[in-house]
Amino acid sequence: MTRHLLTTGAALALMAGTAAAQTELSMWYHGAGNEAESAVLNAIVDDFNASQEAWKVVIESFPQNSYNDSVVAAALAGNLPDIIDVDGPVMPNWAWSGYLQPLELDESALDGFLPSTIGRWDGEVYSVGLWEAAVAMVTRRSTLQKYDIRVPSLDEPWSRDELDAALTAIKESGDFEYPLDVGMAWTGEWYPYAFSPFLQSFGGDIVDRSTYQSAEGALNGDAAIAFGEWWQSLFDRELTPGTSQDPADRDSGLIEGKYAIQWNGNWAATGIIDAFGDDVLFLPAPDLGEGPVIGAGSWQFGVSATSDDPDGANAFIAFMLQDEYLRAFSDAIGLIPSTASAAEGSKYYSEGGQMAVFYDLSAEQSLVRPVTPGYVVMAKVFEKALADIANGADVADTLDAAVDEIDSDIEANSGYGHDG
Amino acid sequence: MAMVSADNRPLRLAARYAVLLLVATIFVFPLLFMVMSSFKPTQQMLADTASLRAFLPVGDLSLDNYRDAFARAPVALFVFNSVLVTGLTVLLSLAICSLAAFSFVYMNWRGRGLLLSIVLATLIIPFETIAIPLLLIVSKLPWVGLDGLQIGWLNSYRVQIIPWIADGLTIFLFVQYFKDLPGELIEAARAEGATWGQIYRRVVMPLSGPVLATAAILKFLIMYNQYLWPLIVVQQESYRPVMVGLGYFFQLNVAWGEVMAYLTLITVPVLAFYLVLQRAFIASIASTGVKG
Repeated sequence: MTRHLLTTGAALALMAGTAAAQTELSMWYHGAGNEAESAVLNAIVDDFNASQEAWKVVIESFPQNSYNDSVVAAALAGNLPDIIDVDGPVMPNWAWSGYLQPLELDESALDGFLPSTIGRWDGEVYSVGLWEAAVAMVTRRSTLQKYDIRVPSLDEPWSRDELDAALTAIKESGDFEYPLDVGMAWTGEWYPYAFSPFLQSFGGDIVDRSTYQSAEGALNGDAAIAFGEWWQSLFDRELTPGTSQDPADRDSGLIEGKYAIQWNGNWAATGIIDAFGDDVLFLPAPDLGEGPVIGAGSWQFGVSATSDDPDGANAFIAFMLQDEYLRAFSDAIGLIPSTASAAEGSKYYSEGGQMAVFYDLSAEQSLVRPVTPGYVVMAKVFEKALADIANGADVADTLDAAVDEIDSDIEANSGYGHDG
Repeated sequence: MAMVSADNRPLRLAARYAVLLLVATIFVFPLLFMVMSSFKPTQQMLADTASLRAFLPVGDLSLDNYRDAFARAPVALFVFNSVLVTGLTVLLSLAICSLAAFSFVYMNWRGRGLLLSIVLATLIIPFETIAIPLLLIVSKLPWVGLDGLQIGWLNSYRVQIIPWIADGLTIFLFVQYFKDLPGELIEAARAEGATWGQIYRRVVMPLSGPVLATAAILKFLIMYNQYLWPLIVVQQESYRPVMVGLGYFFQLNVAWGEVMAYLTLITVPVLAFYLVLQRAFIASIASTGVKG
């Protein structure tokens, strides 16, 4: 008995010694309250901590809606952790602001990753994502059949006229409250993520990407005004609910039969598949003139500029990039794996899988949001402009005002570090 | 004339009760909706919003939302943190602000008028404008605790309490109240040889029940509803208060039933606190009305 106790004590002491020898790496994550996501991340951290004796990663989770504010406040107070997760379009701002440092990963570590999952700024890789997200037109096959609407494909998406005709036909039937739900209730980043692709499909953009020094012409040129008028007409003709949409309807309106078609992301797909079964259709973005476009760039992981142990932080990020972990996130939440090899064998994205179309959409239609530190301001300006236009504001005046605001911000920040 | 008045009395009483009932209904229905919804599955809750069923305990009722809320977030920890931070801040605030007001009202010292004006002027400064400078200050303040000297107050209870102890509004409430206390009492106590400390403890404070209740309730609500400040100074879940914790329930697809369960749970301390102090609070409001 005594020998047993001694042995146990020695083992505990050894374990304590090992734990004490591990350098602690702090990591902040935006998914507090998301049990499925947290479970996968915790499992990866446990695997990493057990795989070596040099470092021990400790996670602190934050609610997503306040995560960015927490990180910015911590950066001001000099209190950043070693590892941060960052939303793809925000990454250039955090890199430019000095919150992040470039990753030091083996080049081959990122082989096969979807381009939009790699966060590049100023010629360096600052972040990498284990998953991607994509948006699709979600509906039921039976709905399209009922109104004799063609099922579009990646090679042959709906044209603007086809989309308009489909929405009008459904509207005139009176079977639904609205034929389309674009998700006006989801304010914030959803607006630029989900709606700027419509603008880009018209031929416009939030900013002139050749220089990133002005939005003039991109956001208020002929293509942008044509987009704005089309956008406003969706609300004028009551084809989609406006800014007063009940968030609960956004969540459940398609399944409850209030909406015929919904512009929604892959993260909502599992619930819709459960409701509609084989009748569900995930359709590509419409071609509104200059080709179909969907948004790209989801949450990614980077190393803070003030990390005391960047080697450990990089080692952890490199460890996370294994296909099995990409697949684990995908299987748990329905996210798109960042690599084709991880997609193959995943629950939803392997060939013939119900959500495989999202991987194809992401690979073929996606366009990242403007890669500039000024994006965080542009996103808010764009959101306000689209809400105003939806509520009846003059299109040209609203877009001109948005351009002025974006250009003033770029000027006030000396061009945000772009050479142009 | 008297007969007309007597005839009208029941009608006027009925009208008064009707108005009171209407006002009470307006205030009670949101709470009723919250509590009832917390027992319903999200789909049923959303369906019920189109009718009066939203305010009734009907349909498929269960405690599932509460169970799921506790599984999603450390609800008890958040409530504990908020109650601790709020309770200590309220107590310290009542003590410090009443002392400051006592000094402003009863003691003669050079510059008290100017200083009181400066204190009152802080009422017009929105907290958002000083949040970042205050963050930079508290992140570099020293603290001597059980672990020895530490630099920085971030991720602690003290950073959520100390900056909020003294504020212009609470001092103003005490100043106004103390000014209306009979001056003869203070003069008599002074004549009897009482010290300022004795006057504060044995004369002024025993007469200050209503203003203490009012200041406590107002401070409680401000502190319990804190969001921005804890958001930027607390990065550890172990110190997070209820309002920041609410964010745990707002994923892209919101579980509204759990939100209602969480809101119901975090409303309990507020209601309990108000119920304990409501008599003194109403007395304070009533006395203010008489003076006005």
